[in-house]
Amino acid sequence: MPQPRELVTAHPCESVLAPLLEHVRIGGRITKPALVTPSLISTHALESLLNPSRLLVDPASLASYAIDNLIPSAAARPASAEEAAEIVRFAAKEKLAVIPSGARTKLSLGATPIKYDIALDISGVNQIAHYDPADLTVSVDAGMPVAALNAALVEQHQFLPLLVPYYSQSTIGGAIASGMDSPLRNAYGSARDFLLGAEFIDGTGARVKSGGRVVKNVAGYDLHKLLVGSLGTLAVITRLNFRTFPAPLQPSGFLASFSTCEAAIQARRQVVQSALIPLTLDVINPGVARIFAERTPTTPEPAVFASENHQAAETSLPLPGQWFRSNDWQLCAGFAGVPEVLDRYARDLTRIAEDCNATSVSILDATTRPTIWGRLREALPLFRQSSSTATVLKLNVLPARHAQAITILESVANAASLPLAIVARASGTLYIALMPESASESSSETLILMTQEVFALSRSLYGDASLLFAPATIKLHLHSILDSRPTSDLSVMRNVKSAFDPQHIFATLYPNPL
Amino acid sequence: MTQILIRELERLLGRSAVLHQPEDMLLYEYDGSPEKGRPDAVVFPGTTNEVSRIVKLAAQHDVPIVGRGAGTGLSGGALPRSGGLLIAFTRMNRILDLDIENQRAVVQPGVINFDLTRAVEHAGLYFAPDPSSQKSCTIGGNVAANAGGPHTLAYGVTANHVVALEIVLPDGQIVRVGRKQGDASVYDLTALLVGSEGTLALITEITVKLSRKPEAVKTLLAIFDTIDDASETVADITARGITPAACEMLDGWMLRTVEDYIHAGYPRDSAAVLLLEVEGLMEAVAAQAASVDEICRTHHAREVRIARDDQERDLLWKGRKNAFGALGRVSAGIYVLDGVIPRSKLPQTLRRIQEIGDQYGFRIGNIFHAGDGNLHPIVLYDPRDADQFQRAIKASAEIIRYCVEIGGSLSGEHGIGMEKSELMPLLFSDDDFALMRRVHDAFNPNCSLNPGKVFPLNKGCGETRIRSRSDNHPTPAITS
Repeated sequence: MPQPRELVTAHPCESVLAPLLEHVRIGGRITKPALVTPSLISTHALESLLNPSRLLVDPASLASYAIDNLIPSAAARPASAEEAAEIVRFAAKEKLAVIPSGARTKLSLGATPIKYDIALDISGVNQIAHYDPADLTVSVDAGMPVAALNAALVEQHQFLPLLVPYYSQSTIGGAIASGMDSPLRNAYGSARDFLLGAEFIDGTGARVKSGGRVVKNVAGYDLHKLLVGSLGTLAVITRLNFRTFPAPLQPSGFLASFSTCEAAIQARRQVVQSALIPLTLDVINPGVARIFAERTPTTPEPAVFASENHQAAETSLPLPGQWFRSNDWQLCAGFAGVPEVLDRYARDLTRIAEDCNATSVSILDATTRPTIWGRLREALPLFRQSSSTATVLKLNVLPARHAQAITILESVANAASLPLAIVARASGTLYIALMPESASESSSETLILMTQEVFALSRSLYGDASLLFAPATIKLHLHSILDSRPTSDLSVMRNVKSAFDPQHIFATLYPNPL
Repeated sequence: MTQILIRELERLLGRSAVLHQPEDMLLYEYDGSPEKGRPDAVVFPGTTNEVSRIVKLAAQHDVPIVGRGAGTGLSGGALPRSGGLLIAFTRMNRILDLDIENQRAVVQPGVINFDLTRAVEHAGLYFAPDPSSQKSCTIGGNVAANAGGPHTLAYGVTANHVVALEIVLPDGQIVRVGRKQGDASVYDLTALLVGSEGTLALITEITVKLSRKPEAVKTLLAIFDTIDDASETVADITARGITPAACEMLDGWMLRTVEDYIHAGYPRDSAAVLLLEVEGLMEAVAAQAASVDEICRTHHAREVRIARDDQERDLLWKGRKNAFGALGRVSAGIYVLDGVIPRSKLPQTLRRIQEIGDQYGFRIGNIFHAGDGNLHPIVLYDPRDADQFQRAIKASAEIIRYCVEIGGSLSGEHGIGMEKSELMPLLFSDDDFALMRRVHDAFNPNCSLNPGKVFPLNKGCGETRIRSRSDNHPTPAITS
């Protein structure tokens, strides 16, 4: 489903206008974005670089490349990595701002860009370059959808545990550049753990590679790992090498309801400290439970697990309400294995939940567990569907401080009458969605204040926060706190950015620091 | 290096923390590789602030710096290629924080790898990277080299277990990168720094993940009459989606050499053994061990032994972990390679290594991490014979070239250092080097940290600092 682009559709005349971020002060009145004259680029020159059918300049097409309220002057859809490199060389020569994209499901992550001349759409570069099933490694073009890659891997009973939000559309390049994780990280780690190498285009237009295709490799700097979560600010990713994993046998699910946050977090803690290593291990708050009970992801559960009925997976997921109470806190775990292992998980998880006073416990089998796995994977899109101005943040806090963090967040949101959704991964990440029921000036003010609260909270708990999704008007008021990274590494990051992109032609998303 | 700098360093650190007599330098001119590189002075800081001040002093005197842990490296990474100041981190060996609840530890770089595991095993935790030298190597060295080990097959290399670092830049600036609590923000500088071999920054503090000890472990020894059967077994285990915690191979010559020394119970008349370990939940381990056993027998394993207790398990591993010591009994010198290949190509690669050994007239033993395709062919030669040394280098380069040709890499865990820097163009283009060089310069613009490493000498910035080498240990070069 295309993402809401309120400003673009409501005000097409603003399509080539950029906000002047530096004129907007935090905590001031909600202001409309300031407008500047569009940057006009010579699309003529671009036409000589690629087939005209691969160059989009009409407003309707360009609108679909919008980021917040910014629309590029041209969108190029190269057919090969070399064509993409030529466009970057052209941009470098002309000092034009390039923002690479894939399926554009997460293009608005983070801060609003300062400048956006060319959208470099890599979705046309989308083949599997090399797949060695016996080595469990794959090399794939950045534009390939993750779901299409997994459809190929499942033939060999393998998969890539990168089940990111907007799964059925997301390209593999976008999944890496966005730095989004998957509930499966509990067992498989995040992309930095299974990305083996990459080919990409640096800011000079050179085609560069790092790492390799083998599972163990220390030759040269691991530049590809810098691309994870770099939001297109360092390079245009054209190819990625991964290790693949055996598809889990009989993936199953476990759900337990608790009347308090503390009990749910305590149960999660006991699972972490047990011998079990669940594939997924998340606590969700009642706000998420209500959304899960009401909404079904528009994208189907992927057929990445060998034992599943692939036809059935194409249908929408059954509502999960029958397995849990939507006013309670839920502990959601995924696990897999031979029957003896499944029995062990079911037994131990149930015992732990009951020790922690669970109000209900359910075991989901291969047929029913996608209803929870699919929703957990698509939690962020579901939050955004539930509220047109949903503001989604990522909070990194040590797991031992989760109960405290959540309690504070709940009380602040309650006081502001702001619906709140929280997914608390055992690995330490908290996803937080602030979801006003309607868009209004007062709700915007509440959102800004709440977001500032979240950032302050992250600091007080020795953690950090970053903004993922927010309405463009809200972002303008938050740009100086979009990231709460301690600042001692700032100049190093700036130097690294300049090393990759000497002229700063790639997405400059962090107006202040970088 | 001037006496003034020596005196300033002595004033800063005390005389006992500065070595500069030629006889002392002899102890620091080698590591575990055939390379040599003698420093002009060695300093032993105790704190990050001292490291920062040393770096500033060295910068004032335009003296290059190389960091060093325990000196167990296998690629000359911690040897000064052009003299200068060696910073030995052995006195920075404190565990600064153990956070059992969140499974994190903060350590100084000089902490011995195995000491960290010993400090947390009471809580059922351990530090997963387990290089063979884990009882003597430092975690700082592990980070610099992105060290591996037998169990990285299931648990990953050092990079997978490091979340944050404190570093000192060449201008003395102290910077913190990464986060104890989770994902990096913006750029994952920690991931870049791990494995950068001391060419970007000096690492003064490391935050690592601690892993939970598995509930059950089964160690199997599968015995084969042909090396092909053993390597087909590894390829089949991988292809069937079984991930043992470890899957190590010793070829016939190697296992006999080890057996004569360790008496681990390896059968002397076999052609190869696989040392396999499966770990996890009791129920999963039972099922996996049964599958592994079946695959071994399908590929004509003569016998599959399962260690009955910890003592038997330790004995099987003792053979593997002490193999390099055993080699000292049979050869004056060994040259350990570290090539990586796709696991599907194991049988053909082992045959090719044999051919290359025959062609150059060397015995090449194989003891390696078969499960992740990380080979350690060991060329036995006499380092006192210059001609033999040259031929050993040529044979090694040929093996490495073959690994790269079939889709592999120069090094899986030992690092590039000065040993393999001239082979890097087998993998990387001029454009690749240009970007790596710019990233290098973003941290280390004057090449004052570990010059002449990782990059081939004509591609890096270190060549102006490199003195001509007078010893008889030339770095392997690519020859046609």
